[in-house]
Amino acid sequence: MKIEDVPQDGQILGKDGISVRDVCYAQDESGNYTQVFSVGWQPKNEALMQAWDLVLEEAEEARQAALSGKESPLRYHMMKCLLDVPMLSSYTGQSKKQIRKHFQSEAFLKLSPDILEIYAKAMKITVAELCSV
Amino acid sequence: MDRKEITIPFVHKPAAHCETGVASNMLQFYGIPLSEAMVFGLGSGLFFAHLTFIRMHGMAVTSFRPLPGRIFNRATKLLGVKLHRAKFRDPDKAMDTLDALIEQGIPTGMLVGVFYLPYFPQEYRFHFNAHNITCIGRNAEGKYLISDPVSTRIETISREELLKVRYALGTYPPKGRMYWIAQQPEKPGLALLIRKAIHRNCRDMLDIPAPIVGVKGIRFLARRMKKWPKRMGEKKAIANLVQVIRMLEEIGTGGAGFRYMYAAFLQEAATVTGESRLNECSAAMTEAGDMWRHFAVEGARLFKKRAGVPLSFDELSQLLLNIADKEETVFRTLKKIINI
Repeated sequence: MKIEDVPQDGQILGKDGISVRDVCYAQDESGNYTQVFSVGWQPKNEALMQAWDLVLEEAEEARQAALSGKESPLRYHMMKCLLDVPMLSSYTGQSKKQIRKHFQSEAFLKLSPDILEIYAKAMKITVAELCSV
Repeated sequence: MDRKEITIPFVHKPAAHCETGVASNMLQFYGIPLSEAMVFGLGSGLFFAHLTFIRMHGMAVTSFRPLPGRIFNRATKLLGVKLHRAKFRDPDKAMDTLDALIEQGIPTGMLVGVFYLPYFPQEYRFHFNAHNITCIGRNAEGKYLISDPVSTRIETISREELLKVRYALGTYPPKGRMYWIAQQPEKPGLALLIRKAIHRNCRDMLDIPAPIVGVKGIRFLARRMKKWPKRMGEKKAIANLVQVIRMLEEIGTGGAGFRYMYAAFLQEAATVTGESRLNECSAAMTEAGDMWRHFAVEGARLFKKRAGVPLSFDELSQLLLNIADKEETVFRTLKKIINI
């Protein structure tokens, strides 16, 4: 890859305030390799966003269930954080069985503020966010 | 708590890969100037593995480099650098040890999870627990100064945030792992080390008796990919393809990027050892990098359904087979040149 061919597709890294850059190795005119900063590459950006779209698509079903009151918002937030039940369990110390129980609206509504706090902290959101979709 | 300000005179240089970046910066601090590419080469960093039994988001993991930590360990071992390592059950103890080390002026490497790193863009986040960063001080507010090779500047993160990423959970939790250079290393005689490292990389790519790693692994993925649409349906097949391409281009697992980095290493190696044939191998490795990039472009075209007729899974599989042939030729040639 030549220096001028290093892609600069800044859909993600080009946003304001983002200091993360991809470093590419590319060749100068005489063929010597040097490091070049890149703000991204289209196919990579697309793969990243596609992966997120899939996550959100799957989480949408959980969101709908929470909106209709069939389920608590917990499962939706868990999926949005790319967590699964075993991982959420290790982050919160709640057993997997308890977590599955808290997916139900009735059980979720009865949760103490402490437990809600634990869940919110594990997913780095506020309790208010946790309780809404 | 009295938290005095500390700034270790550590030169932060961004890098293509966290492990080699941290290693290169740390060695630089101790007076051994080695480029990132050189560390990558010395760590025999080029690899391929399609790990069907390790799952991420329910799909097989494809890796374009050895296990996390392996490049770092190999490079430092080869150079004779003595590392101290520690992990802690007690998070407070992990932070106290870090404080003690930076107070002594020792840059301290840490393994962290990337999902909760505050300066990571949302789209780059996933539960990957073997990211490397170096702590190089603490500011007046008690926030830690972090040299992270993915960032162009020195980042600051709070104690609480650092705790969260050092004790990230999930696959391979870092458990507060940290490491630092224990002994001022001596200046290495590079030429011999380079030969050893290339030899080892040839072995990894050509001779490991397992069908899922090295050049054979690329062919293995090619064969499987061909069957994806039939085996799991179009949608799941595309999700799997996305996963491969993400891993190909993701920070730290880069496929094409790593091929270029190895090409850069071979170029440097040619200069250090005076073996000009390594330059030819560097050029061939660059071509392999180009081929991986082409594969990523075509793959992305398939799942984005972009203009023009996208390649089928069969054709993508053929691209992989071509790459396997290319890389096999490069490493067979390297093996002959090195001839230990």
